[in-house]
Parts: sequence; structure tokens; C-alpha cells
Amino acid sequence: MPRPPSPLIPGLIALLGALSLASLVIGPAPISTLAALKAFVSDEGAASIVVREIRLPRTVLALMIGWVFGLSGAALQGMLRNPLADTAVFGALQAAAFGAVLVIYSGLVGTLSWALPFAAIAGAMLSIALVVAVAGRSATIVVLVLAGLAVGSLAGAGTSLAISLSPNPFAVTEIVFWLLGSFEDRSVVHVGLSAPFVLMASLLILKASSGLRALALGEETARSLGTDVARLRGLIVAGAAIGTGASVAVAGSIGFVGLVAPHLVRPFVGYDPARTLVPAGLAGAALLLAADCAVRLIPSGAEVKVGVLTALIGVPFFLWVIARRRAELVEAPA
Amino acid sequence: MMRLEIRALSVDLGARRALQGIDLSLEPGCLTVLIGPNGAGKTTLMRAMAGLVQPSAGEVALNGAPVARMRASARARAIAYLPQGGTVAWPLPVESVVALGRLPHGEEPDRLPAPGRDAVAAALLSVGLAGFENRPATSLSGGERARMLLARALATQAPVLLADEPVAALDPRHQLIVLDGIKACAHAGATVVAILHDLNLAARFADRIALLDQGKLEASGAPEVVLTEARLASSFGIRARVATEDGRLLIVPQSPLPGA
Repeated sequence: MPRPPSPLIPGLIALLGALSLASLVIGPAPISTLAALKAFVSDEGAASIVVREIRLPRTVLALMIGWVFGLSGAALQGMLRNPLADTAVFGALQAAAFGAVLVIYSGLVGTLSWALPFAAIAGAMLSIALVVAVAGRSATIVVLVLAGLAVGSLAGAGTSLAISLSPNPFAVTEIVFWLLGSFEDRSVVHVGLSAPFVLMASLLILKASSGLRALALGEETARSLGTDVARLRGLIVAGAAIGTGASVAVAGSIGFVGLVAPHLVRPFVGYDPARTLVPAGLAGAALLLAADCAVRLIPSGAEVKVGVLTALIGVPFFLWVIARRRAELVEAPA
Repeated sequence: MMRLEIRALSVDLGARRALQGIDLSLEPGCLTVLIGPNGAGKTTLMRAMAGLVQPSAGEVALNGAPVARMRASARARAIAYLPQGGTVAWPLPVESVVALGRLPHGEEPDRLPAPGRDAVAAALLSVGLAGFENRPATSLSGGERARMLLARALATQAPVLLADEPVAALDPRHQLIVLDGIKACAHAGATVVAILHDLNLAARFADRIALLDQGKLEASGAPEVVLTEARLASSFGIRARVATEDGRLLIVPQSPLPGA
């Protein structure tokens, strides 16, 4: 029925603006808000280098990756008709990381190569497809999570094997920190490396949006309403895998944004899976950028990795959703 | 007015032949009830009618056009299908769930034009759910949910309505209300097929009954022609008394037949 336009989207965009500004200001070099803005628009020497070349790329990366994780999470939850679905739950992050680590350890490419996102995307796609295939079409969330756990563990074991066989201890340290997930020291090259894939992932997922509505009543009903369910699954799985792979390739393993973001927006936009997508993407971007600002503010010797912070927030949230919906999760088909 | 013609239809599910050589013609303005023991192939036949399962041989044709080769959108406008035991994943308002029935017309649930809104209101009224518009779908009782899902199928206003066990979860009063609604839909000109397990309801509401057993059409015709004591024994494996009371067919199952 006709719904009044939600003030959520303008609100989230305003929040993203404020967080972006904060992200340009926060950091070890003390630069005031006004100075940061001046350094951003005109050449102010060292301040401009800090703002434009260090803080701007990490801000843009956090926005892009948060957006694509929020969007993927909302799409996967809609597709599987389950509020616990997320790329992290399916082991896609570990699989993407394994893909990237394999390429790096083959010695052929460095961490700034185009081969990296492709390898990570292949890993993510393989894991999501494997989980969906193993769990089956009418799997319960328990089966899905178990399948995700198994695939994630396998990919994690592969990564551990690659690390333990590495002859170079410095490379090992570098890769372990990279796996923890961070936007520290990322440059415009990383933005360029991931942006085309994030755009492609967004287009694929948004293309599937209206079909998600019918899927709320199950696959059979959706098909009878004219929805091409196989195409819809393909679009969402490909979109989520491309988004996850590209993100892991440039920022390492950052989980649970996609799980949390849709839950944050549903009180405002309702439960229609198609209406959740864009707000969840924006909320994901806000969440990840806020987390990246937070890690810069936490007083510690080395910067806390943003992937660690999102997991510290995301996992208790995951447990809270399970506890709240325990009864229905036992029998609910995914 | 759409006529659904099933010609020499066979369907394989994996290695198993689920339907074998079914010939059946379904007329507009007529409520046909499919009956048969568990596993007889009723749901498979209905899914084939809805174009959701490919025939291995033969075809289902809608006014002469094979359903399996129709464009999905055209098929969805022509055939409304209510699967058995449907669920709703999210606590959407009842009205939004019913409005999903307008998707085949290209109408999005949150931007329904006037005819779409009228169709949704009429569907809710016909299943006795007027006033439930804003209730979350997941808060409904089993019977209310079943009626909401039927309203979703009715809201499409398709010329063909296929309902798989539409009254399985309902109490007797709502069984009668819903089947009255389905029958009214048929008498308004739709081609309607419903699967029922309650033989008395089938006898009371069907214009025509089709009896399936082990993937084959055992009989079809008026209720008194199909529902005989001999057929109930051979297909359902029960001893039953078939009587007529006030001009109405009454089936009283008495005992399972040994070895059936």
C-alpha cells in the first residue's frame, strides 16, 4: 500500500556526510575540521597530503565496502528468507582471503595486483555456491550455518597451511595483519582496484531487488508469480561474492557488517526485502566508517584493526538474534 | 474464460514416474476437486498445471497454448497458484502479503493503483480477513495465515485458480467459508481446481471430481459418479458407506481394508 517516503535515507546520507568529515579529521596528525576541509579543497602542503592521500582513500574504501556488505547482507537475508544470513556466516570471507593468499603466495603478484580481487572473488563465489548447494534449496538455517562453518574452516585451514609453509617470516606478519581487516595505509590504488567490482556487485544485487518481494512467500509461490528464482539467486550470489571478494582483496577480512545493517533499518522501512536493500547498504557504510573512526580513537600502541572491532560487535549481535528467534530457527526453512 | 486441457501428461520426478498419461479437461465456471491417497500425484499434477514442473510427455495447454512454454509473466497473470502449507518469512502487514498477488500485473505492493487496491480489498473480504490489513503476517493463527495466502492468490484475479489443500489448516466454519469463496470464484467464470482430502467437502463443493491413484487418473466426473464404495476401497483402501441425505452425498469411512 502507498507508504510515505521514509526519512531514513536522507537521514543516513546526512550521517554519512558527517562521518566522512569526521574521518578526514580523525587521525594521529592533529588537523582541525576547518583545516581538514581547507586541505581537502586547496593545496595546504603536508595537511593536504594527509587528508587527500591517507584519510580520503580509507574513508572512500570504508564507505564502499560498508555499502556493499550492507547490500549483500540484506539481499542474502531476503533470498534465503532468513535474518541470520550474511557472507561472513557462509565462510565467504575466509574463502575470499584464501583465494587472495593463494595468489600472493604463488609469488606471481603483489598486494596491488588486479589478480588479487579476481582470486578473492573466485574464493567467495565458490564458498557461497558450495554452501547453497550443500545445504540444498529448503535447508534450515542450522544446516546453512553448519555448511558455512565447514566451508569457512576449510578455507581457514588452507590459509593457515599457506602461512605455515611460507619461507618468509616478514611476509607472514604482513599477511596476518592484512587478514585481520583494516583500512590503514590504503591508497587511491586500492580504491581503484575495488571500485569497479563494488559497482558491479551493487548493480547485480539491485537488479534482483523486486524479485525478492515475491520470495518472501517461498520459492514455489515466487515462481508462480512470474519470478525467475534461478536468475535471482544467480544475481545475488554473484553480487555478494564479487562485493565480498573485492572488499577482502583490498581491506582484508571484515565481517558482520552485512548481518547487522539490515536489522538496523527494518524498524524504519519495514520487512519488505526489496525496500531494505538501499537503506541497509547506507547503514552498512555508516557502520563501517564509524567503526574505522572508532579504531583511530581507541588509545593503543598500534591501531586496532577494524575487522577485529566489527567482529567484536557483530558476533554478540549474531548471538542476540539467535537467542531472540531461537524457537523459529529450529524449524524455519532457509 | 480459459480452458485448461491436460493431454497424455506424464511427469518424472528424478527416476520416479509421478504421473502417467493423464487426460483431463478443466472448464471455466467449474470447480474441479482433485482427490486421491497420499502420494497419488495430486500436487505434482497441480504443479504441472501451474507450469512449475516440466512434463516428460504430453502437455498442459491453456486455451490451446502449452503452459510450460508460456512466458513466466503471462503465465502468472493467467494462473494463480496456492501451494500447500505456505509460510511467510517476514512480519509483513497482511495487506502487503495479499498485494504480492498483484505482482504479475506489474503492480508493486507499495504503489498499487486503484484496481489493484480494489482487488486486494475484495480478496481480503472474501476470505473473512477484512480488518486484518495492518496485522503482521507472522502473528496470525494457522487458519488466518491459510486464508491470507488464499487471498493473495485471489488478488491476482487470474482466470485460472489452482489451490493445493486450501482448507487443510482450517476449522469447519472457515472450511465452509473458504470453499464457498472458491466456488463463487468458479461460478463467476474462473477455471478452479482444488486439492482436498476431506471427501465430504469434496462431494459437497465439487462440480466435478478427479480421482488420482498411483500417478494415474482413475476416474473423473460428477461426485456421485466418482465417489463410489468400490472406488474408495480400491483407491483409498478403506471400507466406507456412501449415502445420500437431503440430496447430498455423504461418505462415512468405516475401517481400513486389510492389506490395502
